[in-house]
Amino acid sequence: MTEVQLHALAHARTGDKGNRLNVSLIAYDPVLYPLLVEQVTEAAVAARFAYRKPSAVKRYELPNMYALNFVLDDVLDGGVTQALNLDSHGKTLSFHLLGLRIPVPEALAKYVRVKPGDE
Amino acid sequence: MVERLLVGAGAGYSGDRIDAPIAVVRDLKASGERAAIIFETLGERTLALAQLRRRDHPQLGYEPKLKALLTPVLKDCVESGIAIVGNFGAANPPAAAKLIAELATEQKVSARIGVVTGDDMLGPEGLEVLRASSNELPDDKLLVSANAYLGAAPIVEALGEGADVVVTGRVADPSLTLGPLIHAFGWSYDDWHRLGQGTMAGHLLECGAQVTGGYFADPGFKDVPQPENIGFPIAAIERDASFVIGKAQGGGLVDRRTVAEQLLYEVHDPAAYLTPDVTADISKASIVELGHDRVRVDGITGHRKPDTLKVTVCYDGGFIAEGEISYYGPNALARAKLAAEVVKKRSPKDIRIRCDIIGVLSVLGDDGGRAWNDLDSFGEPTTDVRLRVAFAGNDKALVERGLQEVEALYCAGPAAGGGIRLSLRPRIAATSCFIPRSAVKPKVEIVEARS
Repeated sequence: MTEVQLHALAHARTGDKGNRLNVSLIAYDPVLYPLLVEQVTEAAVAARFAYRKPSAVKRYELPNMYALNFVLDDVLDGGVTQALNLDSHGKTLSFHLLGLRIPVPEALAKYVRVKPGDE
Repeated sequence: MVERLLVGAGAGYSGDRIDAPIAVVRDLKASGERAAIIFETLGERTLALAQLRRRDHPQLGYEPKLKALLTPVLKDCVESGIAIVGNFGAANPPAAAKLIAELATEQKVSARIGVVTGDDMLGPEGLEVLRASSNELPDDKLLVSANAYLGAAPIVEALGEGADVVVTGRVADPSLTLGPLIHAFGWSYDDWHRLGQGTMAGHLLECGAQVTGGYFADPGFKDVPQPENIGFPIAAIERDASFVIGKAQGGGLVDRRTVAEQLLYEVHDPAAYLTPDVTADISKASIVELGHDRVRVDGITGHRKPDTLKVTVCYDGGFIAEGEISYYGPNALARAKLAAEVVKKRSPKDIRIRCDIIGVLSVLGDDGGRAWNDLDSFGEPTTDVRLRVAFAGNDKALVERGLQEVEALYCAGPAAGGGIRLSLRPRIAATSCFIPRSAVKPKVEIVEARS
């Protein structure tokens, strides 16, 4: 069992509507999808974004796309028209999720992506 | 009978690459197929800013880049029968139509321009409807804009009247695509299955390059060919509403990953993506790579449209100011943090203040300062940092006073701060509410341009 960042397993994009953020999380390989479902729970994402005090975190599963979609309420300080953040859309936050570390069983270790040159 | 329509995207937002439509139109024209091109240039606040321009100059209030966007492609599109559909009318679709008509005449081409209005709810009748549906709206005198999201129907009507170009204000982004589809195929307005698919094809197109390798590159993990010259998307949509996403020639790519990211972009419940035309459902969607930058999306459907329409209301949001100063070398972070504490202590108490340290924590933090108070656990030690302090409030003088405290760091703050930059600007705030469909009456007019 090794621990890796989600960034090595999946990609992500955020979208904003008002004070609500959605973050998609898409497995690079279908074989990794069950691991994401098991490890990247609503609780895990709520903990990752705890400092922004989400009032709700909801996860939607899209098994045919090997993807999860997270919806976080009230995490954008009012959103693009209110927040004092440089990134008032929360566009950079997809990579905050991708920084989450999860354990990967040995059987899946070969699917962990490593940047060429970083092996 | 038309069996297939190609729809290309010429712009995904107001600040998009200005030359993108040229390659899209070139490819649409070369295909020889029935085609349309959409321009999505209206963000949440863009319309309010346009409304402010219109207040000052009644002949303005449309997308400022309209002429630059259409000049290289208008003649080709009209002569090749490629319908142009854009929400670049913003706060003043009739003025945009006038500009397009002048451009057509200048380029010696006759064109019919469909003008869609009726989204503006700022008149007395509209305001009455808004007040009845929400009690959280600000005073009338603070309101800048209030626009309902229209659906595809008025676009279909304009195309039915022979429009070569359809210019709208606020319509739902996917409706820009759904309009030409309904016009081409005669889909029924309660054919939820097809409307759902057409809407999601529109959703994939509406942000331009975001489905063809824009907003995607992550070197070594997700590489994008020629990111400086990304071909914008072109969807091929069949009469049965199945569709394939491809792209114009140039760089970029279309694959399972780019399509998945954009399919879920700004989606909440995947089974209920609400638009004025249909409740689209991608919960069972699957993505099939066909190779050569072509991707099919299966399994999309739709359900009955919502009973209400969304209205975005923009109002005077006071002022926001930002001041920045850099610190370098040994103990730089400690000096930047001290500078922030000094500014906070000396600034007026009645305004909002937020601090970031660029180089350590520039965007991840929250306005409440929880991340700031735990800075060490977020950031790596570094010796080249820039303090950013943002202020917001309704009283311009107080916001200016806060900003002045950043400026004063030069002579009175911690050691060796440099590179101060200050800015202050008015802010537009936005909220939304939902109103009965019956309260919105879209209108379509045709403007003729003669060569």
